[in-house]
Amino acid sequence: MSRIVGIDLGTTNSLVAYVDDATGLPRVIPDREGQALLPSVVAFTPAGVLVGAAAKRQLVRRPETTVYSVKRLMGRGYEDVKDELCYFPFRVRPGDGIVKIQVGDREVTPPEVSAIVLKSLKERAETHFGEPVEKAVITVPAYFNDAQRQATKDAGRIAGLDVVRIVNEPTAASLAYGLHRLREGVIAVYDLGGGTFDISILRVKDGVFEVLATNGNTRLGGDDFDRAIVVWLLDDILAGHGVYLGRDNEAMQELRLAAEAAKIRLSTDERTALTMPFDAFTYHREITRADVEALIGKLVESTLGPCRMALADTGLAAADIDEVVLVGGSTRVPLVRRRVQELFGKTPHSQLNPDEVVALGAAVQAQILAGGITNMLLLDVTPLSLGIETLGGIVSVLIPRNTTIPTSAREMFTTSVDGQTVVDMHVVQGERELAKDCRSLARFELRGVDPMPAGMPKIEVTFLIDANGILQVTAKELRTGKAAAIEVKPTYGLAEGEIERMVEESFAYAEADVEARLLIEARNEADTVSTHVERALRQGGELVAAEERERIRAALEELRAARATDDRDRIHAATTALNRATEHLAEVMMDAALKGALGSKRAAEIMETK
Amino acid sequence: MDYFEVFGLPRRLRLDAAELQRKFYELSRRTHPDFHQAEPAEAQARVLETSARLNAAYRALRDPIARIEYLVRLEEGRDTKEGAAEKPQAPPELLAEMFEIQEALEEAKAGGLDAAGRGALAAQRDRLAARVLGIESDLAGRLSEAWDRAVAEERRRLIGQFREALAARAYLRTVLDDLGTALGESQDGHVANRRH
Repeated sequence: MSRIVGIDLGTTNSLVAYVDDATGLPRVIPDREGQALLPSVVAFTPAGVLVGAAAKRQLVRRPETTVYSVKRLMGRGYEDVKDELCYFPFRVRPGDGIVKIQVGDREVTPPEVSAIVLKSLKERAETHFGEPVEKAVITVPAYFNDAQRQATKDAGRIAGLDVVRIVNEPTAASLAYGLHRLREGVIAVYDLGGGTFDISILRVKDGVFEVLATNGNTRLGGDDFDRAIVVWLLDDILAGHGVYLGRDNEAMQELRLAAEAAKIRLSTDERTALTMPFDAFTYHREITRADVEALIGKLVESTLGPCRMALADTGLAAADIDEVVLVGGSTRVPLVRRRVQELFGKTPHSQLNPDEVVALGAAVQAQILAGGITNMLLLDVTPLSLGIETLGGIVSVLIPRNTTIPTSAREMFTTSVDGQTVVDMHVVQGERELAKDCRSLARFELRGVDPMPAGMPKIEVTFLIDANGILQVTAKELRTGKAAAIEVKPTYGLAEGEIERMVEESFAYAEADVEARLLIEARNEADTVSTHVERALRQGGELVAAEERERIRAALEELRAARATDDRDRIHAATTALNRATEHLAEVMMDAALKGALGSKRAAEIMETK
Repeated sequence: MDYFEVFGLPRRLRLDAAELQRKFYELSRRTHPDFHQAEPAEAQARVLETSARLNAAYRALRDPIARIEYLVRLEEGRDTKEGAAEKPQAPPELLAEMFEIQEALEEAKAGGLDAAGRGALAAQRDRLAARVLGIESDLAGRLSEAWDRAVAEERRRLIGQFREALAARAYLRTVLDDLGTALGESQDGHVANRRH
């Protein structure tokens, strides 16, 4: 069998990994610059599409056409996400079932955006191996429903990948740990990423990784921590400077990135400072770890409910868990570690890099599928109950949650009217009693039933959840033994024809070639620096001598002229020159800002010493 | 092939759980789709079906009560819907008590639950929970043993007893759920904890 890579398609970052034949160990494939993480960001610029770090640098510059955290939109309808759309600077519109993202004059779907990220990883792997890579295992949150899994599979197809398996992230992580580091026993994997949360409880024995129960929340992660901090900063800026920045897309992106960076620093430091120059003022703020813990406490708390429910489903107590494993970048937050430790009463494992462990596990699963590993086997479960809507809108459960997959259930259907030739079914996923409270998966139409008196036809429908956690439905008329035709209308998915069109069109969204990309980047860098310098001159120009101001203005002019050309080197040189010309001004302004911020404190100290 | 046959077991109720798990892992290694990726589509479809049946068989047999529910369906030739339980039915000797509880529940729903009422409901709940445990240990213990010893005629009688006990258990569990909700004790206020 040909090579299969493992891909972690994350909310914030994505990675690709493989198992090295020589060592038998999984390895992450870095990009040319040695970076393992590819930011899951896609920027649609007039000159082409940017992915990863290059796209991330567009977030502030082009907030309306730079798409991030698209995983939160995968397999979802407009109603599902409309509450959180205010946090996104790009326009999300209702589509036919699924949502669409407006970027400039075109619309893209979440699977298409994810496909661009996948394609970039595919190319990275191809460069590494020097040969085409066509097959991949892609991970998803364990608590992803059928539509979200299908959307991920569609994204792979659009990217030109044969997705041989969709694997759950926490279970993938357990495989990576399982290679060497796990004793046999019951383990809990707590996986808090950028946008999703999963808890999975597994029994590891004789090389078999049997998932006993899983639970989670596919709309909870580090993104939500950042949002809580941003909301707090907005209030603080309003109070301190009388300006509300909530409707300024560029400022919001700057705040979001600054909040994220501060959160990350506070995982190791007790306190940190933010200094952010805006047009009319410079915002300075000291933040402590305690401040952030107060802001995110409720969010962290809300991961514990799913943990308890997963435990209850296994019939085990917290004390029965032998090991706890932490996965996902957000588990670096000390408060998260404390709460997990309190809940399970033991120190969690985190020896493997929580950003990489899922991709490493995906590579292990890929190697199992390729036949390269034969002593390990993963037995996963379906996270949500599958049922059909019956009379009165009540759900009849066919496959309960936490059933080991693959699994199947059969159900008999018949007609209710004489001569009826079509039978409808509504398939839902979820734990609620009423179909309207569950997740609608699809409506099925059984066609070509022979006209007979009501109740006579006997149609046996088989619902099969495969090893990807994705539903397949087949039907048979028992009287005649012939297979019945089924038409599927997925509630939140792409139709077959649409996917084919996207596969064909995907080259239209091809990543800009290297030269074009570098030029776009150089121009953007020039724009960012120019904007900052203009702002600095307005706010602090008076702090330096007139001739220094003149020198800066001249450098600014040269950069403007350079930017108008296609000469990347000239733009670079002019940008560097302008940066150098303003170094002194920046220092002087920073001193002034710090003095301003400390002014009141100093005054107080002086009072005391008197 | 029925679920007992999947594991090469006779139709007995007393099983060694550790041995069943060992067999499940061993059979999974043979039938899981992961190990048949290189085979033609038709063979893969067969593997998928075999694997799905193995998983269903393990689920049905690993739990002593689910095992009895499956056995009853099997003996009566009703082998369609997986997990279909016995229709809930109030145990006749508890009818009066059930009537009282229903009344108290109605009151609670109307918002009239004082501390004393609460205490009474909680006591009822504990009594019923103990009763469910009693039924379960009777099913998994005495009655299961009786089944394994029994022959044709007696087995038919035992199936009747199984059904009665399962129906009573199903009924009591529904009432317990209602009591839990009325007492505000459903976990984390999450509806997701519906049992299967």
